[in-house]
Amino acid sequence: MSTHARDVVPRSRPLDVDALLDDRGIRVIVCCGSGGVGKTTTAAALALRAAERGRRVVVLTIDPARRLAQSLGLTELDNDPRPVVGVEGSGSLDAMMLDMKRTFDEFVESNADATRAATILANPFYQSLSSSFAGTQEYMAMEKLGQLRQRSDAEGLWDLVVVDTPPSRSALDFLDAPRRLGSFLDGRFIRILAAPAKAGGRAYMRVLSAGFGMFTTVLSRVIGGQVLTDIQTFVGSVDTLFGGFRERADTTFTMLKARDTAFVVVAAPERDALREAAYFVERLEKDDMPLAGMVLNRVHTSQVPDLDAGTAAAAAARLGSAKSTAVTSALLSIHADRVAALDRQRRLTERFTSVHRSIPIATVPTMPADIVDLAGLRAVGDALADHMA
Amino acid sequence: MAAPADSVGPDWDQVRLHVVTGKGGTGKTTMAAALALALAREGRKVLVVEVEGRQGLAQVFDVPPLPYADRRVAVAPGGGEVFALAIDPEEALVEYLEMFYNLRAAGTALRKMGAIDFATTIAPGVRDVLLTGKAKEAVRRKVNGRNAYDAVVMDAPPTGRIARFLNVNAEIAGLARTGPIRSQADAVMEVIGSPLTAVHLVTLLEEMPVQETADGVAELAAAGLPVGGIIVNQMRHPRLPASAQAKARRGKLDRDQVVHDLTAAGIITPNGTLAGSHGSVTADELVDALMAEAADHASRVALEQRERDNLESLERPTYEVPFLPDGVDVGALYEIAETLRSQGMA
Repeated sequence: MSTHARDVVPRSRPLDVDALLDDRGIRVIVCCGSGGVGKTTTAAALALRAAERGRRVVVLTIDPARRLAQSLGLTELDNDPRPVVGVEGSGSLDAMMLDMKRTFDEFVESNADATRAATILANPFYQSLSSSFAGTQEYMAMEKLGQLRQRSDAEGLWDLVVVDTPPSRSALDFLDAPRRLGSFLDGRFIRILAAPAKAGGRAYMRVLSAGFGMFTTVLSRVIGGQVLTDIQTFVGSVDTLFGGFRERADTTFTMLKARDTAFVVVAAPERDALREAAYFVERLEKDDMPLAGMVLNRVHTSQVPDLDAGTAAAAAARLGSAKSTAVTSALLSIHADRVAALDRQRRLTERFTSVHRSIPIATVPTMPADIVDLAGLRAVGDALADHMA
Repeated sequence: MAAPADSVGPDWDQVRLHVVTGKGGTGKTTMAAALALALAREGRKVLVVEVEGRQGLAQVFDVPPLPYADRRVAVAPGGGEVFALAIDPEEALVEYLEMFYNLRAAGTALRKMGAIDFATTIAPGVRDVLLTGKAKEAVRRKVNGRNAYDAVVMDAPPTGRIARFLNVNAEIAGLARTGPIRSQADAVMEVIGSPLTAVHLVTLLEEMPVQETADGVAELAAAGLPVGGIIVNQMRHPRLPASAQAKARRGKLDRDQVVHDLTAAGIITPNGTLAGSHGSVTADELVDALMAEAADHASRVALEQRERDNLESLERPTYEVPFLPDGVDVGALYEIAETLRSQGMA
């Protein structure tokens, strides 16, 4: 008689989470979705469950809640995976939190000699780019994912990388930002800027000399000559080092399309989150990315759906708030609120599933408390796999 | 609880620029729109701007996507008007070049070369100066010697980035030590760093949003930016009497009393089953379920209370917006606006 979180998506296929986690052919799971839908928790719960089912897992989180971070042992920000204590079974779980700037710095340090790296790191333009460019976090998350994937092949430490994605304003930023940064740094305009430092740039200079002259004049007037010099120094020094940002971004993109990657779209049964999820699902399909399914968090449930919201609310009103009946009245009101919320979620979700019928979905009920420890993550994992039982 | 007891008029009467921030998913855009409506009281004109290019305001007001031009999107009770504008950094840069250098043609040429894209994306400081600069311009704009807008509301970037976004001075410092962009940044700070501005933070009573709110308040204060009020969105009122809270959490409510009351209310039939369930749900099952739901509710209330205490320690004026079970449509915006006004926010 009770409703299960599953009931919010009555006509969809269930996502077989355990089959996904047990599939040794899957080496990367990417959790994506809009901000505030429980992406980080979902990634951590999937990683823990995979580990406790025997896999050797590393999870890359972007911005976990403080107490959850602590329970995963993420108290030291060293930008490197650390073993999570308290994992049961024969598998293992390492966890790390992305340090965007540090990943960028390390990338520079490992790809340039010491003098050159120091010059780049001190450039104000580099500092601005590495700490606040709109796509840097996404790019660095991808960079780190690539590194972890490589290390898991080379060192055999892990057989599954689970990655959380940055809290983008839109779920799609995650796919587009690395390419945007890549094509941007590799673009025509940057090459024109770098031209004085490069012989190859002269051809551009001839073609665009009129425009370039005007450009430098305007740019010096608007943002000052110093900025221009900083940018030219930066571009000149990183040009050979990066060997083409775009190329790198394309490599990452290709890796994400491989059949050993699985995307999991995370959403909540709310209007905005479902709209973002729909965009994401459509985009993954368009780019032929391997979409495993959707996780729907914060789903309301009731143990007595047979008592509808209207009846419960009316009975609560009849009982009133007199001292003797106040508790029963409150119980009925709580139930009425809950069933009303459940009905609303079901309506919103049905709109999504009627369009995206083929997407397998796993559901997680609303948790009465924040998920702050391994026990909480385990409970989320159980809920994710529960409906297949 | 918002306004001090002796306050006359709204809490932010001197403020012309209301910056609304919040963690993703807390309802920042909705609150910015509702605040604009609330501020448009008594025939006032208010502009609400967005800066992240995602057309969130158009969705909230249920209008077509906004162009780079002020559009009237709502009329407030009492004849006030709300205009909306989606600030696009590229358009703002071209406009800026035209206004200050008479360089419209150059702007077009530069755009073709990808230079505008370059200037607005590669140097985030420049982009932020352009975005905040446009908001500042709207605050300062005069028509026939009077302010074009009585107030400007900004649907700003999320809490995690707000201090850096607004503190354009510091952002520009490393990039442009002198020159016109620098002067523009200084002019922006004259408004944003002054009592003309208030930065309001939207939160839910959950751990992460409250933590981010506390961090945001500290960062804003450290940067010398004027911290405004805190809007607690999706407030759920505790349904249980205070005395029953703890018992409900432990499942120790008086079962016999509940059965008695439910029978009296006609929810439990004389046969001892749930009315309307054709006997499929027994009274025991029903009461177990209601008790379990009450326990969840009580745990949630306790958690919210803890977060509320954390917010109170920030000592900022706080406004509460109730949870709307049916979601937010344009009608709900007016309701929220009235809620904010009744608490003295506008």
